[in-house]
Amino acid sequence: MNFIKRYLIPRLISYFLVIWLGITIVFFIPRLIPNDPVIKMVDQMRARGSTLEPGTMDGIIHDLTVMYGLEGSTLEQYRDFWVRLAHGDLGVSFFQFPAPVSDLIATALPWTLGLLLTTTAISWVFGNIIGGLAGYYTRRSWSRTLDAVAMVIRPMPYYIFSFVLLLLFTYVWRWFPVTGGASLGALPEFTWGYIKDVLWHSFLPGLSLSALGMAVNFQVMKLLVQNINAEDYVQYARLGGVTNTRIVSKYIIRNALLPQITGLALSFGQIFSGALITEIVFGYPGVGMLLYRAIINGDYNLIMGITMLSIVGITTAMLIVDLAYPLLDPRVRYT
Amino acid sequence: MKTLIDLFKDYRFSFAFVVLLVILIMALLSFFSPYDPTLWYVVPRDLKPSSEHLLGTDSNGQDIFWQATYAVRNSLTISLISASVSRVIAILVGMIAGYKGGTIDRVLMFLGDSLLVIPLFLIFVMLAMMVREHMNLVVLGLMLSFFGWPWDARLIRSMVLSLRERDFTRTALLSGTGTIKLVLKEYMPFTMPLIFSTLINNMAFAIGLEITLALLGLVDLTIPTLGTMLNWAYFSHAILLERWWWILTPVILSICMFIALYWLSVSISEYLDPRTRIQRVGA
Amino acid sequence: MIEEKTVILRTEHLKAFYLLEVHGTQKTVKAVNDVDIQIYENEIYGIAGESGCGKTTLLKTLFGEIVPPLRLIDGKIFYRIDDDEVDVSRMKSEAKRKLRMEYISYIPQGSMSVFNPVLKIKGTFADFIGSHVHGQSRAEIFELARERILELGLPKNVLDVYPHQLSGGMRQRVTIALAASLNPRIMIGDEPTTALDVVVQRGVIQMLKDIQKNLKNTIVLVTHDMGVHANIADRIGIMYAGKLIEEATTEKIFAQPLHPYTQFLINSLPKFGDKSMRDSVPGSPPSLADLPTGCPFHPRCPHVKDICRQEMPNFHHLDENHKVACWLVGEA
Repeated sequence: MNFIKRYLIPRLISYFLVIWLGITIVFFIPRLIPNDPVIKMVDQMRARGSTLEPGTMDGIIHDLTVMYGLEGSTLEQYRDFWVRLAHGDLGVSFFQFPAPVSDLIATALPWTLGLLLTTTAISWVFGNIIGGLAGYYTRRSWSRTLDAVAMVIRPMPYYIFSFVLLLLFTYVWRWFPVTGGASLGALPEFTWGYIKDVLWHSFLPGLSLSALGMAVNFQVMKLLVQNINAEDYVQYARLGGVTNTRIVSKYIIRNALLPQITGLALSFGQIFSGALITEIVFGYPGVGMLLYRAIINGDYNLIMGITMLSIVGITTAMLIVDLAYPLLDPRVRYT
Repeated sequence: MKTLIDLFKDYRFSFAFVVLLVILIMALLSFFSPYDPTLWYVVPRDLKPSSEHLLGTDSNGQDIFWQATYAVRNSLTISLISASVSRVIAILVGMIAGYKGGTIDRVLMFLGDSLLVIPLFLIFVMLAMMVREHMNLVVLGLMLSFFGWPWDARLIRSMVLSLRERDFTRTALLSGTGTIKLVLKEYMPFTMPLIFSTLINNMAFAIGLEITLALLGLVDLTIPTLGTMLNWAYFSHAILLERWWWILTPVILSICMFIALYWLSVSISEYLDPRTRIQRVGA
Repeated sequence: MIEEKTVILRTEHLKAFYLLEVHGTQKTVKAVNDVDIQIYENEIYGIAGESGCGKTTLLKTLFGEIVPPLRLIDGKIFYRIDDDEVDVSRMKSEAKRKLRMEYISYIPQGSMSVFNPVLKIKGTFADFIGSHVHGQSRAEIFELARERILELGLPKNVLDVYPHQLSGGMRQRVTIALAASLNPRIMIGDEPTTALDVVVQRGVIQMLKDIQKNLKNTIVLVTHDMGVHANIADRIGIMYAGKLIEEATTEKIFAQPLHPYTQFLINSLPKFGDKSMRDSVPGSPPSLADLPTGCPFHPRCPHVKDICRQEMPNFHHLDENHKVACWLVGEA
């Protein structure tokens, strides 16, 4: 009971407050822009040479204004915006008119999830295993070598890594396709051939994303294990003759994984916005690519949709971490 | 002097120092450039590196080496504006929140945390689309600075929180030292190392964000920066057309820059933090 | 002394240094520097000295726990097991591991971080005991631990809580109960009374005394607090800068301290009825990485002579139980 009142309710309030704040910012930013997307669209139609009677034109302008949720005062728009959001309606895309934003995202999301869930998981698992070993055997030469490698990879933004891989695999080793999510014209179907095609195409973007993630996890885990190894309770267990297997599994790994599990949940929350530049560089058809097209076409509704999805993703991940942490760490108990 | 000698013993510091020195010299060289970076077709197009054009020329008829000197200078300018302005915000917010505590602390930290949680980059993209027409180095630098402070403000806040508990705070307050004087004179020296290392990290962050925005075409592409150079090279199909010298220049420059900044920050903070410097000796 | 005392733990010219690399320069921290120590069966031996004099490192080496950057430079460590002397410094790590808890056990300072924070106290007991006792008897030993906890006046539910839920004094008592649970022949305590207030400290000292009386084993107790030594130790060794400089029975050390450093340590204790200011030792202990020449105490010594700056004195034996390494005592 106390837990609900003192912890759960304030935490939920701040969760909804942050989502509200974020979405409100997302709502207002495009409305501060001087140019009217409806006029822009009509201008585009005119430019394409469609001639319409003035009356029809006014009708179209009105319909478009309604569809974009641009009717009435800003406050009314804001109210309607939330009402529509509550129904799961993210509006229509300006650019791929009249496709609903939610449909566009739904098409791109599986690609992004497939790529990023895999790379996040791979880099977490391998980064932690290798980092843990390197932290435990911190004085060995291979541990130092790996440390130096991580020192080089770590500072590079993932997109620079994408460029490097792109250059290497276009010029030096031509092993992997450097563009697309699958071969051109290949139809999505559940066959080994198609799956292989997709895996083949996602190798380079996957590599550029997981290499960096691995370096980060490696460094963090190595430091954690090094520090925990010097903790009083590990030294004590050693002097108490506790078997090494027990020390490593129950004392070192168990304690080092606590913060790392939090990190994993947070990175899962962050994947909804896609891997923007990597997807562009490798022509990968995920949310990042969708976002890119939305940006170059000035498609605010689509950008807003992706942004809102991402806000909800990250805040929810944080909420889950905060609520689940007491289960993992007995020191944090909400009593 | 002793400090510098010790620092140079760390290979990471020496590397970072040399690289940043070279980059700085490059940036200064831009003032002696024989070409105007905004003009096209001033040299023959698509030449491979030669003694005349050190890094070759691009499809826009610009000399890549001299273009790169401008790019480095402009990227550094942006990152310095962004890093120093956001430092000021971070210091103010962190120190006020940490020193005043209470409601002010909670409100400031909630704002900061919200900025950390909200996918800033996407909001940033929307903002950048808004001001596209007015985008220049200073505007970009200021915009970046607005997003670079929350985490560092939090670090400074927790530092001030612990400093506030120390004896000298009470002594100073009892002897009638004013709040501002106390914060500036007594706390600043303690937070300086932290501020310096976050400054370097923030510079790297700003350079990286500039590159991303440039690749999305959200900055003024006529101003040479590392990002716009990459944009031109990539979207002019420099890779497909095998004009490797064009795309490699900004890629290698950015890699060197990122590694150098990171190593600089790591080596300095390891030097300043004795806990990582000398391993624990249980004597 | 009528009965012949048996040496149960003994070191020979023990030298253990930390070899560190700081900014590319090699540093040698001489934490244990030529220590000869003999500890008898059925006694409480106190080791005293300021912090940073190498006490904790000496303890680690007594356990044979010598891991980089700590290196055993020279010397040997002997345990007496079943009337045989065993050289611990040559033992395999698995053999050393087996001896711990069962033959020689460790009492750490009951700090906040002494127990694995994610395990209940029960879990720590299970790990420590379960690593040494297998099969059916494990449950029995576990039951014994529960009994011992009650016997030592600890509340029963102490096993079912997490370490952070215990007070400092309670944590310290739990470490002692754990150390005693397999009836070891030697128990080594590293500042087990330091972080506690005086009342709790008394309880802990009494607990250690009771255990020693019951098990008739050996306790080696390290603390900088001469008051604690006066209360519990049979014999005391004074350490300074990685060296043993004086050793005697407790009565002798307090009645007739010979080394100027020992005199300082004892004079800094408050005395009943004496209201004058206590002298503390002037200056600070030398860095173990950069020792002065000769006797390491000479920069702080009020009676310093020329020879002190040049040469480390050998032990002068006043009698069977009292030895001191100082140029002021005995022949030069």
